[in-house]
Amino acid sequence: MAQKTVLRKPKGFIDVYKHKPGAEKDRTHYCPGCGHGILHKLIAEALEDYDIVEKTIVISPVGCSVFAYYYFDTGNIQVAHGRAPAVATAVSRANPDSVVISYQGDGDLAAIGGNNILQAANRGENVVVFFVNNAIYGMTGGQMAPTTLLGQKTTTTPYGRNPQTDGYPLQMCEIINQLTAPVFVTRTSLHDMPNIRKTRAAVRKGIKNAMDKKGFSFVEVLSMCPSGWKMDAVPAQEWIKENMLPRFPLGTLRDISEEAPAIERPVPVMDADEVKKILGYGAFSDSNLEKNPDAAFNKVALRVAGFGGQGIMSTGIALANVGMEYGYNVSWLPSYGPEMRGGTANCSVKIQGDTIGASECTEPNMIIAMNQPSLEKFEKILIPDGVIIYNSTLIDIEPTRRDVKVYNVPITGIADELGDTRFQSMVNVGAFAAVTGMFDPGEIQGLMSSLFAGKPESVIKLNEKAVQRGYNYVKDNFS
Amino acid sequence: MNENRKYPFPEIDPDICKGCKLCIAACPKDVLVISEKLNSKGFHYSEYVGEGCIGCGNCYYTCPEPSAVTVYLKNYVPEEVS
Ligand code: SF4
Ligand code: SF4
Ligand code: SF4
Repeated sequence: MAQKTVLRKPKGFIDVYKHKPGAEKDRTHYCPGCGHGILHKLIAEALEDYDIVEKTIVISPVGCSVFAYYYFDTGNIQVAHGRAPAVATAVSRANPDSVVISYQGDGDLAAIGGNNILQAANRGENVVVFFVNNAIYGMTGGQMAPTTLLGQKTTTTPYGRNPQTDGYPLQMCEIINQLTAPVFVTRTSLHDMPNIRKTRAAVRKGIKNAMDKKGFSFVEVLSMCPSGWKMDAVPAQEWIKENMLPRFPLGTLRDISEEAPAIERPVPVMDADEVKKILGYGAFSDSNLEKNPDAAFNKVALRVAGFGGQGIMSTGIALANVGMEYGYNVSWLPSYGPEMRGGTANCSVKIQGDTIGASECTEPNMIIAMNQPSLEKFEKILIPDGVIIYNSTLIDIEPTRRDVKVYNVPITGIADELGDTRFQSMVNVGAFAAVTGMFDPGEIQGLMSSLFAGKPESVIKLNEKAVQRGYNYVKDNFS
Repeated sequence: MNENRKYPFPEIDPDICKGCKLCIAACPKDVLVISEKLNSKGFHYSEYVGEGCIGCGNCYYTCPEPSAVTVYLKNYVPEEVS
């Protein structure tokens, strides 16, 4: 880096803040003397000096720095409150050669995003986090933040923060330093020139670590919020010195950047055939089943619903898998009640020729109801001329809808006759095949050995039978 | 820019300055002062008294407003930037 001959607005900033609404595209939205602007400048300067503006992605939080994307001439994503480390994780994993910066304030990072930051730090994500600690919620008008000091008056602690009711100021550096993965954990401050220069060094080190793929760097910066603290900027610097330093001591808690090896993460396998094989569907790839051109349906949006344990999810998965073998686009989306067993469960299944957008079936054209509450709940959202298949073994009322086609099939009863109610899902698949004409029962049975790969031959045989019984029941009673 | 100015010196955009006075507090030579005049946003802005700057860069690094302060350093040659 050549020696500087002039100090001017760094190239890490956008020249004219064109994304900023209104007339003032030449200045930031920050209050006079706000620490954010100082830290922004140190970051933008480092990006220019290291020549990485083009390969940097800044994740901005919710808080006063929500509009960081107005200013940085980098890739920018503004994310939901507290989620910057999670989004930074995704961005960094998907673009391992990018420099990913997560920029957060104290409310965002230490309150709502408390777990996000810990998990990202613990995974050693290759990101640098800049954590602006000004001991208050600035943007929303000066409420108590997790880092608000004991006795500090805010709009929500008008008598001062009281540990009996409000707990203690969170020391995030110290907490992060308990984890094994981070390589650089440091706390600096903007309260005077020597410390601004130390902050500059820390900013550069954190960014360098991200460039060198060293892993997770955490730079906490004590920063003035003159508006929230209701004082001028220079007294605010004094306030940091007097009040914040005792609780938030400055210094580097950890620096193993030198020795830490560059992170090498396995490249994710995106190959569809490979994924199928890993999931145990290896045999499926050469089934080559032909769609039935005369099928009554060629587009299904199905809700399968019932108690947990009634084979709701496995019905959905089986139908989606079989649909896939016929070359349809398919999706399966589960939705569980609070309990896995005994509670209610339902899933959405789409099987169609066109590309699938949303995978939830909010307006199904078919429902399979395994119990009465499910029938009552989901018949309401069925479209006119839709189809209800319901489990007549357990449901002794009739559907109320008159504008739909109804198939009452003793699903549980048929499965029970075969020796186990767990065969219900395959009875459903058989019934579905008969109602829609989309699948041939013989061809489905040919898929059983891969659907139930690893299961004993006897179980596979009984599932084949279940498909046939479900199919026959519909054919015999409703044709 | 005045060709005869002595380097180093700071240049403060009176209209961008928000008058926070951080630069004034940070200047080791006390050569920055707050103007009596108001800028278009109603701030008393920071001004260089015209001599005595040593080019330490403190005003630049402490100023939160990215384009308010430029410091031309001792080795600055005007032709370099066009
Ligand atoms: S409220 Fe505080 S943190 Fe927010 S812009 Fe103003 S001074 Fe900065
Ligand atoms: S560069 Fe240093 S000496 Fe010159 S005006 Fe700025 S703070 Fe003062
Ligand atoms: S630090 Fe910047 S904004 Fe504040 S008074 Fe000085 S020039 Fe103006």
